[in-house]
Amino acid sequence: MNPRYFRFFAALLALLSTACSHTELRGSGDLGVVIEREKGSVQIVNTSQPSPLSRISDLGDLSHASVVFSRDQRYAYIFGRDGGLSKIDLLQDKLEKRIVQAGNSIGGAISQDGKLIAVSNYTPGGVKIFSAETLEQIADIPAVYGEDGRLSKVVGLADASDHRFVFTLFDADEIWIADVKNPKQPAIQKFKNIGKQPYDALLTPDGRYYLAGLFGESGLAKLDMWQPEAGVQRVLPDYGKHDEKLPVYKMPHLQGWTSSGDWLFVPAVGQHEVLVIDKHNWQLIKRIPVVGQPVFVTARPDGRQVWVNFAFPDNQQVQVVDVKDLSVIKTLQPGKAVLHMEFTPRGEAVWLAVRDEDRVMVYDTETLTETARLPADKPSGIFFSSRANQLGL
Amino acid sequence: MLLCGSVSADEPAPAKQQELRNLLKHDCGACHGLQLKGGLGPPLLPEALADKSDVLLLDTIQNGRPGTAMPPWKSFLTVDETNWLIRLLRQP
Ligand code: HEC
Repeated sequence: MNPRYFRFFAALLALLSTACSHTELRGSGDLGVVIEREKGSVQIVNTSQPSPLSRISDLGDLSHASVVFSRDQRYAYIFGRDGGLSKIDLLQDKLEKRIVQAGNSIGGAISQDGKLIAVSNYTPGGVKIFSAETLEQIADIPAVYGEDGRLSKVVGLADASDHRFVFTLFDADEIWIADVKNPKQPAIQKFKNIGKQPYDALLTPDGRYYLAGLFGESGLAKLDMWQPEAGVQRVLPDYGKHDEKLPVYKMPHLQGWTSSGDWLFVPAVGQHEVLVIDKHNWQLIKRIPVVGQPVFVTARPDGRQVWVNFAFPDNQQVQVVDVKDLSVIKTLQPGKAVLHMEFTPRGEAVWLAVRDEDRVMVYDTETLTETARLPADKPSGIFFSSRANQLGL
Repeated sequence: MLLCGSVSADEPAPAKQQELRNLLKHDCGACHGLQLKGGLGPPLLPEALADKSDVLLLDTIQNGRPGTAMPPWKSFLTVDETNWLIRLLRQP
């Protein structure tokens, strides 16, 4: 092309694109990401409309993917099953950077100051730490355990205050705290024999307690992040000991666990119950019977309701617990395979990922009725940018 | 559901096969990975299963492995369906 024309077109193009970006000006606070697990894509959505904005593809195996947000809510970091870590620009609908950092990974967290991304891996078992800006690797923490130096799968990675990441070694029955004040040389504190087969963990929303759920025995392991030197204590050690354990077709997720006021709502493992624990004395105050093995037990942001979804073969249902009476007030039938639930920042609505129906459904949490649906390809997870401001994620 | 086993050949009907593939991908995939490359449970790729007998795998899938996270599937899968799944898993 004649260079003069070229310059003209280039200028025109630049003008057009600025014009477009003006018409599309968007605030980051009502954005979210819907994971389409089979396609390996994500949709960027507007949570106020509600409406889809764009789709970003070629993100690898997104089964079991999870997402954290930069503190300016501009970027979403997506952790894929295949070890992929993708940084997406929510304002410009583009993939900023993608690396494959391990063979098989499970989740991640972003530091309090927004500078570090930590990823927990199954193979090779361990945690890796990256720059949130460039995705360059800063540190590698192999989860070595036992005499012969095997590597454990790592689960339940959370960001804790004061430059710490905390995580759990599934095969080793250990909890580790990594102090990353000097991120290149994390200082590790290990807690051993915390209980058998800890399958996931979370930090309570106030950031104080780290709790790991146990699959191999009853109860939970609790670590007080205000005084880790006090060691790991067991919560509900006798829970369900004499009941027949029902098969678990999907491991519960703890990140959805929630506290509402003084209470903590926890999925039982091998019992079709939600457990209510008093956070002051760590005693069980109620077992709420539900229709299946709970997977996510998530409180509305104001704590008034708790929404529960279920493992196969009961995953076509969702139950709503009224926290005022600690009882189920509604059983919804959104469709086949409800995999995940996400509340809008103040909780007037909740979004459900209904995998086998290829749709996301939005419910009004006051009337408990459906208000919108959005097409999505085998959606498995929904993550809103308000997570940027939550401790532990 | 368990009565489906009465269909003589141990090849499930096409619709059932689709259902089983879906189950394998998503419900087994919840622990073994969408592409069966492993997750909380071990990989179920042909090379990973090469030295395991059909009998062992049938027993594992039907009855689960007590003490581990592998649950029993016999309320959802007949023996024939399970054998068909095992053949599918062994296909490269
Ligand atoms: C809740 C998690 C979970 C689900 C769901 C699950 N598995 Fe497993 N599976 C496991 C675990 C954990 C093991 C390893 C058990 C052990 O340590 O011996 C396993 C082991 C196996 C093995 C034996 C592999 C070997 O190398 O010995 C087979 C075969 C298997 N699973 C098939 C299936 C099939 C088929 C399905 C779906 C119908 C399924 N699994 C669903 C967790 C699961």
